[in-house]
Amino acid sequence: MNKVLMKKKLVSNIFEMEVEAKGIANKAKAGQFVVIMVSEKGERIPLTLADWSVEKGTITLVFMVVGTSSLRLSQLEEGDDLFAVLGPLGHASDIEDYGAVIMVAGGVGTAPIYPIAKSLKERGNKVISIHGARSKDLLFWQDKLASVSNEHIITTDDGSFGRKGLVTEPLKELLEADHDKIISRVYSIGPGIMMKFCALTTKPFGVKTIVSLNPIMIDGTGMCGACRVCVHGKTKFTCIDGPEFDGHEVDWNLLTTRQRAYLNEEKCSYDKFHMECED
Amino acid sequence: MGGYKYEGRRLPVQDKKARMKTHRNKMTEQDPLARARNFDEVNLGYDAETAISEAERCLLCPSSPCVKGCPVKIRVPEFLDKISEGKFMEALEIIKADNALPAITGRVCPQEVQCEGPCTQNKVSKEPVGIGYLERYVADLERNSMDRCCVNCSPPTGKKVAVVGSGPGGLTVAADMMRLGHEVHIYEAFHKAGGVLVYGIPEFRLPKAIVDYEIKCMEDLGVKIHTNHIIGKIYSLDELMAEEGFDAIYVGIGAGAPRFMGIEGENLLGIFSANEYLTRSNLMKAYDFPNYDTPIAQGKKVCVMGGGNVAMDSVRTGLRLGAEEAHIIYRRSHEELPARTEEIHHAEEEGVMFDFLTTPIRFIGDDEGKLVAMECIRMELGEPDDSGRRRPVPLEGSNFILEADLAVIAIGAGPNPILTSSEPEIELNRWGYIVADDDGKTSKKGVWAGGDIVTGSATVILAMGAGRKSAASMHRYLTGEEEW
Ligand SMILES: Cc1cc2nc3c(=O)[nH]c(=O)nc-3n(C[C@H](O)[C@H](O)[C@H](O)COP(=O)(O)OP(=O)(O)OC[C@H]3O[C@@H](n4cnc5c(N)ncnc54)[C@H](O)[C@@H]3O)c2cc1C
Ligand code: SF4
Ligand code: FES
Repeated sequence: MNKVLMKKKLVSNIFEMEVEAKGIANKAKAGQFVVIMVSEKGERIPLTLADWSVEKGTITLVFMVVGTSSLRLSQLEEGDDLFAVLGPLGHASDIEDYGAVIMVAGGVGTAPIYPIAKSLKERGNKVISIHGARSKDLLFWQDKLASVSNEHIITTDDGSFGRKGLVTEPLKELLEADHDKIISRVYSIGPGIMMKFCALTTKPFGVKTIVSLNPIMIDGTGMCGACRVCVHGKTKFTCIDGPEFDGHEVDWNLLTTRQRAYLNEEKCSYDKFHMECED
Repeated sequence: MGGYKYEGRRLPVQDKKARMKTHRNKMTEQDPLARARNFDEVNLGYDAETAISEAERCLLCPSSPCVKGCPVKIRVPEFLDKISEGKFMEALEIIKADNALPAITGRVCPQEVQCEGPCTQNKVSKEPVGIGYLERYVADLERNSMDRCCVNCSPPTGKKVAVVGSGPGGLTVAADMMRLGHEVHIYEAFHKAGGVLVYGIPEFRLPKAIVDYEIKCMEDLGVKIHTNHIIGKIYSLDELMAEEGFDAIYVGIGAGAPRFMGIEGENLLGIFSANEYLTRSNLMKAYDFPNYDTPIAQGKKVCVMGGGNVAMDSVRTGLRLGAEEAHIIYRRSHEELPARTEEIHHAEEEGVMFDFLTTPIRFIGDDEGKLVAMECIRMELGEPDDSGRRRPVPLEGSNFILEADLAVIAIGAGPNPILTSSEPEIELNRWGYIVADDDGKTSKKGVWAGGDIVTGSATVILAMGAGRKSAASMHRYLTGEEEW
């Protein structure tokens, strides 16, 4: 059992939660994730670490409500317990001095990109963040991300804040303007479609682009293979071989197909949950 | 060890002859067609009268071939004789001297190749004494009556033991070490203890209430269970010793990494490792979706690759989840099926179809990436391979298409590298399993290992046997009786 110490709504359907998890906080590294269960009957949900504090013995999770399990998670209150938190899982990000890096964060992906950006900055990189959302009221953690970035570019699809358009536009311009090839790495975390297009954008420039994949998982420890993805033509288990992979080598179609495996069941579960709530 | 001889009561010749004419008492079972659609246990168990009558079939052979066949050398004739006298709890105590979890082994041991295979009655009439059924009977009796034969722990030694992994091996070490007076902590990656007993073997073969009960007893004894702790990530073995103060560690992490076939189309929707399929159903209770939140895909035509217990469990789970047809696709023939005989028999009764000498070479999907069929090829059996079994050889040009909308790969498992890859001091063999000596000692001081992570996928009783040996060795080490 892990106690919820803080919960707050960041934007419409995205929540931030601080949870007691001393052992995990002690070991956590940027890029790693945890698997949580809200209750004994709940699903196992993988969530990339958004932050942690060794002093407080806590981890911070940011999640979007997309189905029954995340809805239940969002309904926990401060003082409630999470049934299970397992971690830290997966490989940590490779934090090296790359010169300059671009961090492309989209939607809920803003949260997991923060600790990576922070570590890269501490390591001496020049960090340029491109921070995208559909509109102004879906943006969160601008200050946090800005605090670990040398440059912080915000884009919104509808132009309600920052630059109007998609994250790939400033990404392309930055790479085009980088005549001296200082930018030697791009990170992209967000919806699958965004990561895919970031990878397509950077490919012609030959800049290594790391993405953090989020397929369906069960255990998160390499024992089920539910999380298998295809990278460089080879099957990989996201939980133990990733979660970060070379975005230029990921089979994006397979990822999105496999993510949709249980759409019908999710709907059924969601409907049942709503009926119970109305009862 | 090998020299056990039964030295109890002798049967007069005429009694022996009479006993040889008896027939094995049938296990009562749920009706095959009904049970193929529910998750309740298939076998319903003996009653007292039947148990006594079955125990009375034992010939009390002085040479006791059954004991030689049992990996942990349970004194079989002695406990059978107690049952025949109606002294059930005394029988149980005899069993428990060698086997801490008889309600479980009685259900899952491959008795036909262990105690019951060499049983003299089997040689006489192909009807061995139902040793497993009787083991199960007395263990169930105790659990159901709640008057557990008392276990006394020795006075505390002040030593701390960590057990990594809560499968049958780890549980055995924990129980033994606790009884010997050590402080025991189990670390388990999953949210529930039990290893394969809870995530792999289905409810219809091993009710989870039994495993829960055994684990509860262990906790009552004082064993501390830390679920959701993955060793190698949250603590290293050195940290367990230096920071958490453990004096000895047992590694019983099993062989949990699924093996895939490496053929085209294997990542299509509808194709699962047996581990995923069974974990969803058993551990996450997806068969009770949406009362539990975890879903599981439902196939109309389920095909399971493999022929072992894991394959039988998967195919029968498919049936119970509502499949119209459920197939075992096995590249050898009926004779080579490695599953327990009883499971094969049960699967057949439930209507599972067996496609022998067949293997898929390609999975075929539709536009949405869903499995619709497999291209298979027929095999014939050639020369024996390293394992002594005849090697299947593909028959050129025998390709054919088999429709399937759900496929489960149950062709084996390997070692999970999470712990071992972060512990360079622990020697591994070329397949990635831990090297341990006969007492379970690894190349790292203070660390023992046993069960599937040492032997590769094996059996519950072998994991328990390894646990027992390691516990004894660990105890000698902790009490200073033996150097590392
Ligand atoms: C579906 C299925 C059916 C089977 N049927 C039978 C049968 O009928 N009869 C039979 O005798 N055998 C059967 N077996 C085999 C038998 O279950 C195994 O041989 C036995 O369970 C091995 O026991 P173990 O203690 O070595 O490990 P396991 O039971 O595999 O348990 C290992 C435990 O360690 C945990 N773990 C792994 N890594 C870590 C880590 N780093 N930190 C913490 N915890 C960790 C795992 O989560 C797991 O709970 C079956 C196996 C399967 C999969
Ligand atoms: S433990 Fe297994 S092999 Fe040994 S007597 Fe019992 S059923 Fe037979
Ligand atoms: S989530 Fe099970 S193997 Fe990755």
